[in-house]
Amino acid sequence: MAGLDKRVATYEQALEGLTDDMTVLAGGFGLCGIPENLIAEIKRRGVKGLTVVSNNCGVDGFGLGVLLEDRQIRKMVASYVGENAEFERQLLSGELEVELTPQGTLAEKMRAGGAGIPAFYTATGYGTPVAEGKEVREFNGRKYILEESITGDFAIVKGWKADHYGNVVYRNTAQNFNPLAATAGKITVVEVEEIVEPGVLLPSEIHTPGIFVDRVIVGTFEKRIEKRTVKA
Amino acid sequence: MALTREQMAQRVARELKDGYYVNLGIGIPTLVANYVPADMDVMLQSENGLLGMGEFPTESTLDPDMINAGKQTVTARRGASIFDSAQSFAMIRGGHVDLTVLGAFEVDVEGNIASWMIPGKLVKGMGGAMDLVAGAENIIVTMTHASKDGESKLLPRCSLPLTGAGCIRKVLTDLAYLEIENGAFILRETAPGVSVQEIVEKTAGKLIVPDDVKEMTF
Repeated sequence: MAGLDKRVATYEQALEGLTDDMTVLAGGFGLCGIPENLIAEIKRRGVKGLTVVSNNCGVDGFGLGVLLEDRQIRKMVASYVGENAEFERQLLSGELEVELTPQGTLAEKMRAGGAGIPAFYTATGYGTPVAEGKEVREFNGRKYILEESITGDFAIVKGWKADHYGNVVYRNTAQNFNPLAATAGKITVVEVEEIVEPGVLLPSEIHTPGIFVDRVIVGTFEKRIEKRTVKA
Repeated sequence: MALTREQMAQRVARELKDGYYVNLGIGIPTLVANYVPADMDVMLQSENGLLGMGEFPTESTLDPDMINAGKQTVTARRGASIFDSAQSFAMIRGGHVDLTVLGAFEVDVEGNIASWMIPGKLVKGMGGAMDLVAGAENIIVTMTHASKDGESKLLPRCSLPLTGAGCIRKVLTDLAYLEIENGAFILRETAPGVSVQEIVEKTAGKLIVPDDVKEMTF
């Protein structure tokens, strides 16, 4: 049954085959639900020229922000990148290319990419700078723009629990973009807090079925909080 | 007197209805949550993937895996659900959210909104704002009527890059509540003690002042 056992023992194995100039899809929203150890492994490997697709680009010194330190990212596709001074510096100096994409369009691009749909029409962004150069089509009296879907050479995903089949559940709002990225990677790597025995996760509660997952690894997580807010 | 941020939130809250699903943007819109009437059940949507956002946690219930779209730690209320970002934006883009409240730099008489980019300064990105304005039927924009230098933000034509085209019908400023119809702002309510004349002077886009303009009370 080893054919369906997705577990790998080391982070080096988890990202085996990742090379320069590849496209990497990353789950996470802000610093919530980010694959922090897989990001650290990308940094350790020193691969360059990456296109990274993720809602945000971490902060200085944490999350995807660490990949800016050695200029491993050539192009970033994201909806919001405002939390990161090094990002700003590289953007203004022209070292880094950025494709700002509306958050819902970004989610749908990953969903469609994973589902084999090459493009879709959406009203989001019509009449704005996002629409520049894109096909416009009218349906039922309303204008829509054509957005192309996204797939990646690798998807890096943070789950809560998985079994060795690669069935994954996410915890609370750490779900965010993770299940979408998971569907759209040629090689999808999921790091989780716990690997459980098959059967522990009920079939009806699985968020990401194992068919989308190639490698699973268990890690420990800092889970840094970006804006700690408590009741007065 | 111009409305305070709290009064603006209070005024927006009067647009809520029992059973509404509502998305509140960052800033003044967030404060609206403090003024949901006690006899109404309203579910707040946070576009990172939470329907049923609750109050902020205590130190003991703080959870790094539970945040809102402003990246603040929050809780989930009774009846809440959590889902992925595509599902979340299916709610928004599919028109399932009853009311969206968000801030802006500028709006114009055609219902255009600019809220995400000031060329020459750092461009941080639009986040979910373009999806929210394109997907919602019922949107209230909250903003100050004029800049600190007195420049009107209610314009004949937005000068900044747009967030959405022709999608705004309701604007609450610190001076007035206005609707946008047929290429003009229609003054519906004034802030307490603010004269129609002041609103006329601070509105650069075409403004229609009907006979029955009300003064807000708090």
